[in-house]
Amino acid sequence: MACYLTTAKHMALYWSFGTVLLLLAITAPLALAFGFGAAAAARSRFLPLRWFGQIYIAIVRGVPDIAFFLFFVIALDQAFEYIRHKVKCPDWDQPIRQGSDFVVCAAAKLPMGNAAQWVHETYGFFLAVLTFAIVFGAFAANVLFGAMRAVPRAQMETAEAYGMTPRQIFRRILVPQMWVYALPGLSNLWMVLIKSTPLLFLLGVEDIVYWARELGGSKTPRFTDYPHGDWRMWYFLALLVFYLCFTRVSEVVLERLMVRLTHGQATLGGEAQRKVAA
Amino acid sequence: MKKILLGTAALTLSATMAFAQDGSVVRLGTEGAYPPYNFINDSGEVDGFERELGDELCARAELTCEWVTNEWDSIIPNLVSGNYDAIIAGMSITDERDEVIDFTSNYTQPDPSSYLGIDGAEPDFEGGILAAQAGTIQASHIASSGATLVEFATPDESVAAVRNGEADAVLADKAYLLPIAEEAADLAIVGEDVLIGGGIGLGVRESDTELKDKFSVAIDAMKADGSLNALIEKWLPGSATF
Amino acid sequence: MSCWETLTDYGLRSIGIGERLLPRSDFTLCQQVVLIGSGMIWNVYFGLVALVTGFVLATAVALGKASGQTVTRKLSEWFIFLFRGSPLFIQFFFAYFAFQSLKSVSSVFDPFSAAWLGALIVLFLNTAAYSGEIFYGALRSVPKGDAEAADAYGLSGWPRFRRIIWPTMLRLAWPAYTNEAIFLFHATTLVYFSGFPAWQQKGDALYYASYFADKTFNPFVPYPILAGYFILLTLVILSCFGLINRRLNRHLPQEQRLRVKFRPNLIR
Repeated sequence: MACYLTTAKHMALYWSFGTVLLLLAITAPLALAFGFGAAAAARSRFLPLRWFGQIYIAIVRGVPDIAFFLFFVIALDQAFEYIRHKVKCPDWDQPIRQGSDFVVCAAAKLPMGNAAQWVHETYGFFLAVLTFAIVFGAFAANVLFGAMRAVPRAQMETAEAYGMTPRQIFRRILVPQMWVYALPGLSNLWMVLIKSTPLLFLLGVEDIVYWARELGGSKTPRFTDYPHGDWRMWYFLALLVFYLCFTRVSEVVLERLMVRLTHGQATLGGEAQRKVAA
Repeated sequence: MKKILLGTAALTLSATMAFAQDGSVVRLGTEGAYPPYNFINDSGEVDGFERELGDELCARAELTCEWVTNEWDSIIPNLVSGNYDAIIAGMSITDERDEVIDFTSNYTQPDPSSYLGIDGAEPDFEGGILAAQAGTIQASHIASSGATLVEFATPDESVAAVRNGEADAVLADKAYLLPIAEEAADLAIVGEDVLIGGGIGLGVRESDTELKDKFSVAIDAMKADGSLNALIEKWLPGSATF
Repeated sequence: MSCWETLTDYGLRSIGIGERLLPRSDFTLCQQVVLIGSGMIWNVYFGLVALVTGFVLATAVALGKASGQTVTRKLSEWFIFLFRGSPLFIQFFFAYFAFQSLKSVSSVFDPFSAAWLGALIVLFLNTAAYSGEIFYGALRSVPKGDAEAADAYGLSGWPRFRRIIWPTMLRLAWPAYTNEAIFLFHATTLVYFSGFPAWQQKGDALYYASYFADKTFNPFVPYPILAGYFILLTLVILSCFGLINRRLNRHLPQEQRLRVKFRPNLIR
């Protein structure tokens, strides 16, 4: 039993938990940055920029995330290679699309054709992070957009009265104050992000679902030292427990964070805290 | 799409020949879930008939090869998009696929497909419920027959469907089903073999004729000196040889 | 073959009416649009039925969580935690597994392993848990004055709930509930994608989209078509829920009304 649980394949499963956590750790701030950018764009006074922000938010949220995941990685990959191709090989005379083939010059390949395997993996991981960030960035943008509108109007007017420029108001008044309004939505988004990681295998990352399916499938003795029947149920049960624990821990942490953030704020929550303390 | 880049499974092969041309690496894409053709072994590496065959072909063609696994559904889009250079995944040569990609010479004879069912049962192949992996030639075959088709994402699930009574039988490559039928007391090959598909070959991009020729030459050489037959007998006992 | 013929052949293919064989070669854009649209029937079916049935259970769960009885409260809390805390993907997997094993117990359970019922039950429980949490939150924010006014009118028990508490709860929960509905419809794409097998090539929109992606080896046409359909569906849901929202808020002065904002409050 101990031998079975420590085969290289199981080690890969354990590692993939790390992969998932790493992806979450990178994606969350990146999506937040995307969301912040898009929310700022959607509020912009410059019309095309505003449209861009609003259309991005509307389209990405209107589409199921699986539909995105199913073709976005290839699309991103081809887009990057296309741009590099244009830059690096301007005198390339063959068409890029030959029938169904997508052919770029060797120098434009991402990663380079002869790169080490870990480079390919890192690149695949990077594409997955980017796809997640684009999808969840739109959701974050929506939360932040709402939060920016929730900041009391009087605060901005006061700033205007002090003679601040719109840019100064945005940086010094709006952004610092919006977080408390954004936190409930963002913490919800975090939970959603956690729960969408089982779809990671669609993005070409070998995640826990991939390995659970691979390890749990029935094995005949000819191809393994540890033949067994269909054990996917047990592996998925382990995943279920992992997710339940992870969301539970997140819930508790986020609740504490919210308590701390509302401290001293002029909101209902802050008022309630003051009363309890008094 | 589902580009699965396998850390542990991928393994750079130092080709025995010293000069792999200008250090470029040929990436071989496989599914890793279709024993005995290809599967992930206990140490997490690609293994099976095609692993041995691919390694041998690369050595003969003096190429440095690397193995990657990819979900079956998106194995062709990722090839044409350039994420790997050849598919070696038990892929039968069909006209539909040939329109989009090119195949090397076949490295197995047209492998019969067969039905796996509950031992002793006699499923109705014309009107019964038959399972297959989605997107395979077997699925197309059942869809155009009178039977009811049930599709599953992986070959493993399609066999499980027979076990739990969801389907009367599953249609798949005989070489895949035989070891299962031998090991499992309750399952057996039922009915007659079906001949669909035209042998298995490596899939390469249509623009990549150079690579295709290299592999074809190596395959033909292996056919000529009998080493391919030896591999087939080792991994696919009972299959036709060249 | 003209596009009209394609429509009559494949328009209802996803529910088994029309041409038996799916197109195999010479795929046209029209075929892709028609078949993926035909698959949307299932997405709408799953979403709509789960939403309506889930609504009832969600109300019960919300009341259960707010109830003073320890057993009822704990049960509701665990139900919500289990379904909100785990990915839907894994819930589908377990449901299929469980229904398979129940099948050997009694043939009563036969239809449960088919998507139309089995997957529906999962979606029903899932949306009930999510909406239950939303309703519970709304229930706690029902103004104290409303309840006191009901008491003053001598209302109690069922009439008090039905006529005072429930409408206010709905009104408060509606913006978040709208989002839940949208994400429920999005989640229906997971039905045939994981867990439940497609019979006779009758599947949902994503099933046909991946069929075409698989046959044409080009993911860049079918998935954007699917995306287009879902954007349309999202707009329809938003306007329906907006209408109901106006009705729920019709007694309030303009500026106090809660606007339905499409916010990702609770998704899976």
